[in-house]
Amino acid sequence: MAEQPSESLPAVPLVEQVGGIPGVLAVAVEFGQVVARARTDAVVPIMQTLRDDPRFAFEQMMDLCGVDWPERPERFEVVYNLLSVSLNQRLRVIVTTDGATPVPSVCTIWPVATWWEREAWDLYGIVFSGQSDLRRILTDYGFEGHPLRKDFPLSGYVQVRYDEERKQVVNEPVTLTQDFRNFDFLSPWEAITSLPGDEKAHAARLAAQKEAKP
Amino acid sequence: MTETVIAHDASAVTTKTVEIDSHAINFGPQHPAAHGVLRLILEMDGEVVERADPHIGLLHRGTEKLIEYKSYLQANPYFDRLDYVSPMAQEHAYVLAVERLAGIEVPERALWIRTLFDEITRVLNHLLNVTTYALDVGAITPSLWGFEEREKLMEFYEAASGARLHANYYRPGGVNRDLPAGLAERIAEWAETFPKFIDEIEELLTGNRIWKQRTVDIGVMSAEQALAWGFAGPCLRASGVPWDLRRSQPYAMYDRVTFQVPVGRNGDCYDRYLVRVAEMRESTRIIKQCLEQMKPGPVKVLDHKFSPPSRAEMKRSMEALIHHFKLFTEGFHVPPGATYAAVESPKGEFAVYLVADGTNRPYRCKIRPTGFAHLQAVDVMSRRHMLADAVAIIGSLDIVFGEIDR
Repeated sequence: MAEQPSESLPAVPLVEQVGGIPGVLAVAVEFGQVVARARTDAVVPIMQTLRDDPRFAFEQMMDLCGVDWPERPERFEVVYNLLSVSLNQRLRVIVTTDGATPVPSVCTIWPVATWWEREAWDLYGIVFSGQSDLRRILTDYGFEGHPLRKDFPLSGYVQVRYDEERKQVVNEPVTLTQDFRNFDFLSPWEAITSLPGDEKAHAARLAAQKEAKP
Repeated sequence: MTETVIAHDASAVTTKTVEIDSHAINFGPQHPAAHGVLRLILEMDGEVVERADPHIGLLHRGTEKLIEYKSYLQANPYFDRLDYVSPMAQEHAYVLAVERLAGIEVPERALWIRTLFDEITRVLNHLLNVTTYALDVGAITPSLWGFEEREKLMEFYEAASGARLHANYYRPGGVNRDLPAGLAERIAEWAETFPKFIDEIEELLTGNRIWKQRTVDIGVMSAEQALAWGFAGPCLRASGVPWDLRRSQPYAMYDRVTFQVPVGRNGDCYDRYLVRVAEMRESTRIIKQCLEQMKPGPVKVLDHKFSPPSRAEMKRSMEALIHHFKLFTEGFHVPPGATYAAVESPKGEFAVYLVADGTNRPYRCKIRPTGFAHLQAVDVMSRRHMLADAVAIIGSLDIVFGEIDR
């Protein structure tokens, strides 16, 4: 272990190798990390290859999570973060799905996936086919809705309190004593970096920035 | 379940059937050995665990959702409140993610301070885990001693950040402020005396017959199992996998210090304890090296788009005042992109998957808690173990619900 190189391994060969797996649509390097986009129905064979092929040897699935993009036709991304401890490399695999189409479960490949998939189901409503234990995990017993979706309000729909008279916990619709404040900082002026008639100064500023960067 | 007992009689063999009750018990959510609010449903066969089903989420606070509604600076304090016994290590993962997306270069002294406080955090965490783990299996003295030592470390936290627990000290671009005068000397002094304290804890536990009876060969995880179940950190190393992010994918100043990575052999509860104790010794070594190599200099990036200008500057410069106002109302914008930033937190790989959409708020901030994967394996680890062993297994996994439930 002591002679491990201190800088992360070159990512280029991994990019080409992953790109050759059937079902992988695109591979790119983003911020020094290899990201592969794959077909949703090919998840299981891809993951099987990534774990068992000695070129990849991703023994560990560190993380699985959903991301919600409501404006896209397939609104959910499922992101798998894989780690190979023997080759010291990481890979991110991203597949997309809509609210109804199930994503094949990878719990037969990495047993740890069960809870991550339960979490993605609980928070986003992403369905995983082949997952026998798709119960809610983080939210309360009897909770309705999927709270991390972008159309779910921050405050939720129900609030819970203990009723002294009825001697039990009661669920009520949320009442906010103060209006929910959501500031929009996206100013229309933000995008304008050069004023008309000020092109000279703007070009000089760009050149200065370029010089300062390397 | 029925069991057949055959009595050997001199004349004839008689058979009688004994009914053993198979039942489920509810361990927690309010149980001192559950390390928080774990509801563990145990299906028992007599006193032997047949199946364990952990129910989590009783401490769910919607941290990830809340972060989506906060600016990048406002999101930082939430990370202290996840795993509340190792706060700064988690801030580290978050600031790494933001720095990578925004392209911020951190000054050297800030990196040294982060390395120093990551290791102080590691000692803080391991002290709590080792001692309360001992408390769970019946030894009270280590926790009484250990908490005194933790108090000293929390004073260092307080001196640097102003808070004993929820530090909010790291910032994208550095740390909030420089170490106060005299703190480095106090930490150095503590680092001299601390190995002796570890010896004392080891005297109480390592060779202790009761301690070994309760932990040796309990909850064994092979290396293959540990990898498949997503283990990381001390729990993975105890199973014999020499994997440490500080060594293999160094961040901060970990490539500039020398330290050993302790690795266990059997993957049982006792090895997990031994790995943590050895790690505390290594952390003390790293702390000393940090203090030796640290040089004076700026502790945060000088670009006022990301870090506030000094108070004195604000009194004189209009631009500084505007920067200050913009930073603390609107915050800074992070260009679109996504990154997965992992650190070796005391419990294992703690990571943040941060998606930015170009605004001043994170679009998605997935927190990868370490204990989540560990707790899931309680089922396979505690099968065919006694009920009391389940307590030892949970203790050895170092579980904190602040991070698991988020």
